[in-house]
Amino acid sequence: MEIDHNALVFFSKSWGLLYLGGFAVCVVVYTFWPSNKKRFVRAKESILDPVDKPWQ
Amino acid sequence: MAGLLCAIVVIHSYYEPEPTPDRLSSYYDPPIKAGIAMSMAWAVFAMFVGVWVALLLAWPELTFDQPWAGFGRLRPVHTTGVIFGFGGNALIATSFHVMQRTSRARMPDQISPWFVLAGYNLFCILSVSGYFIGITQSKEYAEAEWYADIWLVIVWVTYFVLYIRTIARRKEPHIYVANWYFLAFILVVAILHIVNNIAVPVSIGHAKSYTVWAGVQDAMVQWWYGHNAVAFFLTAGFLGMLYYYLPVRAQRPIFSYRLSILSFWGITFFYMWAGSHHLHYTALPHWVQTLGMTFSVMLLVPSWASAGNALLTLNGAWHRVRDDATLRFMMVAAVFYGLSTFEGSFMAIRPVNSLSHYTDWTVGHVHAGALGWVALITFGSFYTLVPSLWKRERMYSAGLVEVHFWLALAGTLVYVFAMWNSGVIQGLMWRTYTKEGTLAYSFLDSLVAMRPYYVARAFGGILFLAGAIVGSYNIWMTVRAVPQAADTGKDAPQPEKVAVAGE
Repeated sequence: MEIDHNALVFFSKSWGLLYLGGFAVCVVVYTFWPSNKKRFVRAKESILDPVDKPWQ
Repeated sequence: MAGLLCAIVVIHSYYEPEPTPDRLSSYYDPPIKAGIAMSMAWAVFAMFVGVWVALLLAWPELTFDQPWAGFGRLRPVHTTGVIFGFGGNALIATSFHVMQRTSRARMPDQISPWFVLAGYNLFCILSVSGYFIGITQSKEYAEAEWYADIWLVIVWVTYFVLYIRTIARRKEPHIYVANWYFLAFILVVAILHIVNNIAVPVSIGHAKSYTVWAGVQDAMVQWWYGHNAVAFFLTAGFLGMLYYYLPVRAQRPIFSYRLSILSFWGITFFYMWAGSHHLHYTALPHWVQTLGMTFSVMLLVPSWASAGNALLTLNGAWHRVRDDATLRFMMVAAVFYGLSTFEGSFMAIRPVNSLSHYTDWTVGHVHAGALGWVALITFGSFYTLVPSLWKRERMYSAGLVEVHFWLALAGTLVYVFAMWNSGVIQGLMWRTYTKEGTLAYSFLDSLVAMRPYYVARAFGGILFLAGAIVGSYNIWMTVRAVPQAADTGKDAPQPEKVAVAGE
């Protein structure tokens, strides 16, 4: 099959859109997955821990 | 010469005592300190050149008849110096700090961070010295020729590997979101730099090269690079700074961690497609222009999500924003980030672009981002980082931080307003027709009309440069001050110890 301009335009307008949409769904699911909430809250509090030493 | 200097350093350290094992119980900070110093040195140098370039537009005789002092050579010295010299060193320094602190792990070795820092600065010097003598690829923000480009690839891959190795050693299970931004910055800049700079040198001993891309593809690759340099060099990395130093300075966790994740992926995936808005009304296919325009408008959502997240983090701490100029630097940076991303989305719309493109409006927009967002978040981060890194109780002078803040803010506003005015006037003059259907103004007419704005712009630049000099002096005096008697072992500023002007 010859890859010409029209073939690339078709690919980006169809699969390009689907892959962005699919990716967006994955990100939203990860962000709002209930069991991730605890980890996120811990992460944002953790940087305020004043101890300035690596954990051994 | 460089080899000889390295040899002296190595021989000198040969007779030093063996490093003690307890060094492993602390973070490895010396390269961070050097990075901050390099960043401020580049800021003063490159902003000085920026002021010179601005003055040249009002007083062209300021080239002093020297070929190296022409606009075409000084301008890339300014842009490379501020973006890569000032911004790049700031990103390397703060990323070394953030990756260790958020991973709770020391860097895996003591050589690669120095290689990254020194190698990166060598790249900057190679590029800038080339521009002075007329060596350039003529690609905006990618002017450096092939020999410097190849060197940067080696340095940059080392940087990426160092970051991944530190993350792999992390004791904290979750990778904090600031690291995602820094990693996106490093990874994407590597991809952009390599693809845009694929070129064939005239010969191995010659500085000149020719790009492999031709015609409109070259233009598209260049602006895919150019806009993503703004996105990933000047935005993603500095958002990494924002997501770490703003919460630390305000002593409040980020307003919404979930929102920061959504905006991260939004920015990463939308920005990649926005570059073609630089090529409206050109030979680029119309649908590609429309694609770039659409993604640019969509970008407003994740951009404002980050700006809003930062400002909402400060909700409840506004009294500290009022009293603490360092926090105010970061607050104003978030505001300018919101403003300039709105402006950028707006300017990417094709009919708006027909007025704004090729005018000073674009220059004003870039500086709203570069001065108002990038430089202010950097200064805010440095003023947070410097006392904790050098184990000082506070900055040498809180008053000078205030002075710097107001100089920087005034300089940015004067600059941006001057360029908005001149840009819109320019755009309108170029498209005004007489009744007979001929252009009403010559290009020279528009140039004469710009002169007052060019003078004002140079004045704004002088204010901003003065602020950077005051900041450098303050950092230098903080470093020279007597350290705290005992290491508090604490990284975050203690609320009662945050320096406030007038105390």
